[in-house]
Formats: sequence, structure tokens, C-alpha cells
Amino acid sequence: MLEQIEGSQAVARAVAACRPEVICAYPISPQTHIVEALSRQVKSGALSPCEFVNVESEYAAMSVAIGASATGARAYTATASQGLLYMTEALYNASGLGLPIVMTVANRAIGAPINIWNDHSDSMAQRDSGWIQLYVESNQEAVDVHLQAFRLAEAVSLPVMVCMDGFILTHAVERVELPEQEQVDQFLPPFVPRQQLDPAHPLTIGAMVGPEAFTEVRYLAHYKQMQALDLIPEVAGLFEQRFGRSSGGLVRRYRSDDAETIIVALGSVLGTIEDVVDELRATGERIGAVAIRTFRPWPAAEVRAALAGAGRVIVLEKALSVGIGGIVSQNVHGALAGLPASVHTAIAGLGGRPITKASLRQLFAAARADRLGELTFVDLSHQLVDAEIQRMLSDQRSGPHAENMLRDVGVVGAGPV
Amino acid sequence: MSATRLKYFQTGSFAAGNRLVDPDQRSVQSDPRRANAITCGHRACQGCGEALGARYALDAALRASDGDLIATNATGCLEVFSTPYPESSWQVPWIHSLFGNAAAVATGVAAALKAKGNTHTRVVGQGGDGGTVDIGFACLSGMFERGDDVLYICYDNEAYMNTGVQRSAATPPAAYTTTTQAVGEQPGAPWGQGKDAALIALAHEIPYVATATIADLRDLERKVHTAMEIRGARYIHVLVTCPLGWGAASADSIKLARLAMETGIFPVWEGEHGDVVSVTKIRHRTPVEEYLKLQTRFRHLFAPVRRDDVIARIQARADRNIARFGLLEALDEDQLDEAVEVDV
Ligand SMILES: Cc1ncc(C[n+]2csc(CCOP(=O)(O)OP(=O)(O)O)c2C)c(N)n1
Ligand code: SF4
Ligand SMILES: [Mg+2]
Repeated sequence: MLEQIEGSQAVARAVAACRPEVICAYPISPQTHIVEALSRQVKSGALSPCEFVNVESEYAAMSVAIGASATGARAYTATASQGLLYMTEALYNASGLGLPIVMTVANRAIGAPINIWNDHSDSMAQRDSGWIQLYVESNQEAVDVHLQAFRLAEAVSLPVMVCMDGFILTHAVERVELPEQEQVDQFLPPFVPRQQLDPAHPLTIGAMVGPEAFTEVRYLAHYKQMQALDLIPEVAGLFEQRFGRSSGGLVRRYRSDDAETIIVALGSVLGTIEDVVDELRATGERIGAVAIRTFRPWPAAEVRAALAGAGRVIVLEKALSVGIGGIVSQNVHGALAGLPASVHTAIAGLGGRPITKASLRQLFAAARADRLGELTFVDLSHQLVDAEIQRMLSDQRSGPHAENMLRDVGVVGAGPV
Repeated sequence: MSATRLKYFQTGSFAAGNRLVDPDQRSVQSDPRRANAITCGHRACQGCGEALGARYALDAALRASDGDLIATNATGCLEVFSTPYPESSWQVPWIHSLFGNAAAVATGVAAALKAKGNTHTRVVGQGGDGGTVDIGFACLSGMFERGDDVLYICYDNEAYMNTGVQRSAATPPAAYTTTTQAVGEQPGAPWGQGKDAALIALAHEIPYVATATIADLRDLERKVHTAMEIRGARYIHVLVTCPLGWGAASADSIKLARLAMETGIFPVWEGEHGDVVSVTKIRHRTPVEEYLKLQTRFRHLFAPVRRDDVIARIQARADRNIARFGLLEALDEDQLDEAVEVDV
């Protein structure tokens, strides 16, 4: 059914159609609308049987999901930013225990300085947590990929994060095709785990494992993610067959087959990138884009195949690994080993700064003119950072930068240096 | 399980006289078909009070639930000594997730059971004092205030034993731990710190809170039974000895737990919905020194210089417990409900 609907509401409807049995909720923007909507569905009886647990922290949210999933219940939660970091220890535990929990991450920056707007710092910080990470480009894809996520998680016995851009997607009202319940029921069979906490078959879960088998356990975690590389396209294919729409999968190419320059990115920014690609294509430039839809497991072969013909690859990243630069770029570098393409990292959109067509045009023009270095901070205000660097040099004591810069831009309440 | 107070006179022994009572009144452990929730072969130290307390508590919970039980466990000695790869001592479905989340995992188990319409399987969460009183406290408090259908049992050995005897918020003042060394003006753990988790649990006004010790295992069994008859969030705080961390003889484990109670250092009580409803009276009031001198964690109070000032301060703390909980008052027959009866 087509509806004009907010992204979060659409995701809540999709999740509800997956019949989760336990939902844990802790508020953090920009994820809150999703669990608010689900709480209403549970309270009203529309989503039943389902237990909605208002927990006291994200750490508890993931822990409750762990207990529920280990008891054989389909478990769901949503979070973002600080909340995702706060549950870090439990994230690793959920994947280590092989529990197929599904979680929406409404991508948001991480403080300090505290910032509620979108970038990918949060989920990128958890890329090694053992979770499958799927990034969606639109609210339609968010809906579709949530259905796929449950199927995938339960098939491969791993938890899945569906990463959607906070505010840009979660709060955007768009036309979305919402699936019918029977369709979902046919696509997603009931959750039947291989093993669970059951008094009829007592089982010890989470025992201590020493050096004698730890490597093997970790190997198997990796093996399962490699399996997921086959399973993700399979599930996406099945989804397309049943629902008549293509979404999910490992990577998606956009006008990249004969491209000399290819932009690699994740999430909603692909829309803007594609608009600029179209403009430049119209002027005869051989430029295209590749969307990374699955970041963990890393689809190295698909990325390599998609980028093999390019002379120049620009990885547009909404996260920064301080002290080295790009995160996705490092993975792309690895995938392109031995190929001639030059890889450039462009850090953009941090803390919600809009990535405009104008900025992208400028970035691509610099690339065309061979003026693009290895690492670029898109739209960086040199004036602002230079002034602070001067201060740092003149007074080598510790202290935060944000407040100094707020004062420079004239924000009320920022004290003297 | 009802409790019948039997009076039998046997100096120096509190052994349970199972042969004196009807078979259905006998202790869980006297039944050859007992569940043995934690079976033999685990790696606990000799005389470990936590191993003993956990086995009695879980066997009682198993009996009360007719074997229909799921247990969660925080990281700590109990978890480590019971599950050395590739073995497990647990004969119940059991999950260990993290150090600080045993109560939340238990909530998740209970939520899953509820969603599945399973009203018969019961849930017990467990942790040491560190996993309960310190790092797991937020999850525990959340579980309490939501009224989740979980019985949480804390095995309090008064320090982080599994990591080598560091101070927790349950470590008593003046006790030596590896992070409260017996040096300086105030040797051992500082005064004026720490918290009483059982009283804080009571403040949540949950249906049932109790304290117990491994000296009175029948009392522990009965409290577990009582708790299992109730739905909602319940809490039992069990004082368990740790020969290694306390620097005590393995053979003194029961004696020490009894002295903790008889000195007033560890008050044994039951509470319902925010009120203390019964206490276990002290039978032979004993000066705290008798308790302290059996443990090397208090050795610095006796040598090289005797610290009468500190011993007096510990005595005052015990006396305050005795006054506060009325541990010495004569038993009033009218008030003598089943709850205060012990020692079958
Ligand atoms: C988040 C985290 N911090 C610290 C530890 C290390 N740790 C494991 S067990 C333990 C001590 C447990 O103490 P307690 O809960 O009192 O149980 P005990 O071993 O005394 O029975 C500690 C500190 C851990 N596993 N996880
Ligand atoms: S260190 Fe203490 S708590 Fe741990 S097994 Fe030994 S006696 Fe038991
Ligand atoms: Mg302890």
C-alpha cells in the first residue's frame, strides 16, 4: 500500500509486520519516533503477542534483547549515537552468542562536542562488533531492508544493524510502499532457533572459552559473515521476486560501468551524488557512483569488480577515523589492491553539515583537475581552524576546542579564551 | 515449603535434623533426587560459600518450580568456576552474557516467556556483589522498578573475588582488599562508604526482599521457596564466605557466616512491599572480635598493634544493626508468624 509517511513511522510499520516478540526501547534522537510508534502498536494490541520493555539504558536494551533472543523470541531495538556506544559491550556479546537481533541505527554523530545530527560515526565505530551492517539510501529501502534483515539474521545466526541516516531519512515524509502483512508472513517464516534456553533441554550458553578454542570460535564468526556475503544477495533476490522491488544487496552501481571517476558512498547521500553525476554525464564526463549497501561483511569482490575500470575513486565518508582519515577508504583500498585506481578520501557531512550539490561539484572539479589529495575535508572552514591552531601554538595547555570556536563564530555563552 | 521450628538441643551444632520431620518437610538437599543445579566437578575453592549458596538456592528454586527454570548469571567466580571449557556444572538452562547485565538478561528471558504465553517457566538472575551492587546496579534497579517477573539472587562475598579480591561497594570498612591495603592511618577499606543493596531493593517496594547466609541453609531454602511463590521482581541477598578473599580456613565457612549473623554484622531479615516484616533473632550474641579474628583481611586490627578503636567502631556498626532491626528482642508469640521460624 502506498502511503505518504515519515521514515520512522514506515520503519515501525515494517518492523511490526515482522512480528517481533520483544521490543526494548530507550530514547535517543533521531531514533525515538520508531519505538514510540511501536509502543503504540503493542499497547493497542495491534502488535500481539509482543512485550514492549521500557528499559533504563541502551546497555539494558541490548541485554534484554539478548535474553529474549536466547529464549527463542524475535527481538528488536533501535538506537543511535551515544546509545549505540553505550551498548557496545552488549553488541559484541550478542554477535558472539550468535543471536539474530535486529536493530535500527538512526545514524547520528558522536560527542564531544555533543551533536544530534546525522553522520556515520556511530555505526562505523561498531564495524568490528560482529554485527552485519546494512546501509539504506531511502525510506523505501529502509522498509524493505528491515524485512530482509530479520530473514538474514535468523538464517545466518548473527545480529543485523540496519543503518539509516538520522533526520535525513528518519524524519523525512515521503511516499513509501508498505508491505501487506500476508506478504511479510510469506517472506519471513517464524523464528525457530537451533538452540535456546529451555528447561526441557538444559543448555549452558555463554560459557568461558580459553585459548584452546577461542580462535576457532572467532573464525566461525568470520565464516558466518562470509556466508552472509552469499546470503544477502539471495535474500534481496527473493525479496525482489516477492515484492517486485529491488533493494538491499551488497553494492549498487550507478552509471559506473564505463566511468573514469567513481564516487563510493553509503546511505542517503547517494541521491545527491547521483543528481550531480547526471549533470556531469550530460556534459560528457565519464563519472558514476557505487553505493555500499552492505558494509559488514565487507563485499570486497563486488567492490573490486565495480571499481575495477575506474582510474579515480573518491570515497565520500560521513565518518572520520581520527589519526588516519577515512574508514570506508581503507576497506576500498584493500579491495583494489594491485589495481591502478587512485583512491581519495573525502570526509563530508559530519555532525549533520549538509552535503550540497555545489560542494560535490566543487569536489569533483578538483578531482578532474588532479587537485584532489589523499584526504579532503569537504567545506572545511579554514578560517575557523586556523585561528584555533594559532591559539594552540601560543598556549600549549589542554582544553576543549569547540568552545573557542563557538566564540569565534559569535555564539552567545562561549566564554573568553 | 512450610517451615516448622523444631527445638532440639545439641550444643555447638546447628545441623538440620531431617530425620525428625515428615519427608515433605525435609530440606531440598536431603532428597536423593535433588536437582543438583550445580553438579560436582566445578572449580570453586575448597569451602567456597558462593558455590554452596548458589547450589542450595537454585536447587530450592528448581524444586519450587518443578524443575521449570531458566537462570542468568553475571561474570564472576560463580560463572567462571562452573563453566570451564568444555565443561559445565549447570543442569538448568543457563546463560552468561556480561558482568553488569544479568538482571536485564533475566528481564529479556521473562519478556520472551511472557510473549510466548509461557506462564510456567520461572526466571532467576544471579551475580556476585560486584556484579550486583556495583556494575549491575542500574540493570537491577530497572528490573525492580518495572516489576519484571524475576527472582534475582546476589551472592555477596564482599569483594571482587574473581579478579583477585578488590574492594566493592559491599566491602565492609577496615577490611583488607588488594585495592584497600592494610597501610596508613585507616588501614583497609574506608569508613563511610558502601551501600546496603538489600535495603535499597526494599525501597523499590517490590513484593519480596530477603537477606540470608550460608550458615542457615534451611532458611535460605525457605526464602527461595517463598520468593518463588510470588510473581514480579524479587531479591535475595545472600552473605557467602570466600576463604581465599577473606583469608579464612575453608573449614570455617559456615562458622564465619553464622558469626556474621550472631554478631549483628549481617542482619538477616525479610521484607515485603517496602517494609521489613520479619527478622532472624540472634541466639548467642557474640562480640565482633570473634568474627574478625578468624580472617586475615582483618589481621591488621590485631597486630602489630591492636586497634581497639577500629574494633570498637565495627562493634558499634553491629550494635546499630541489632538496634535498628530489633535482632535481640524477645520473640512475641503473637508476631511469631511462619516467616521468622528457622532451623528445621
Ligand atoms: C565490564 C567488565 N568489567 C570488569 C570485568 C572484570 N571482572 C570479571 S569478574 C569480576 C569480579 C566479580 O566480582 P563479584 O561480582 O563480586 O563476584 P565474585 O567473583 O566475587 O563472586 C570482575 C571485576 C568484566 N568481566 N567486565
Ligand atoms: S575465590 Fe572465593 S568466591 Fe571465588 S571460588 Fe574461591 S572461595 Fe569461591
Ligand atoms: Mg564478590
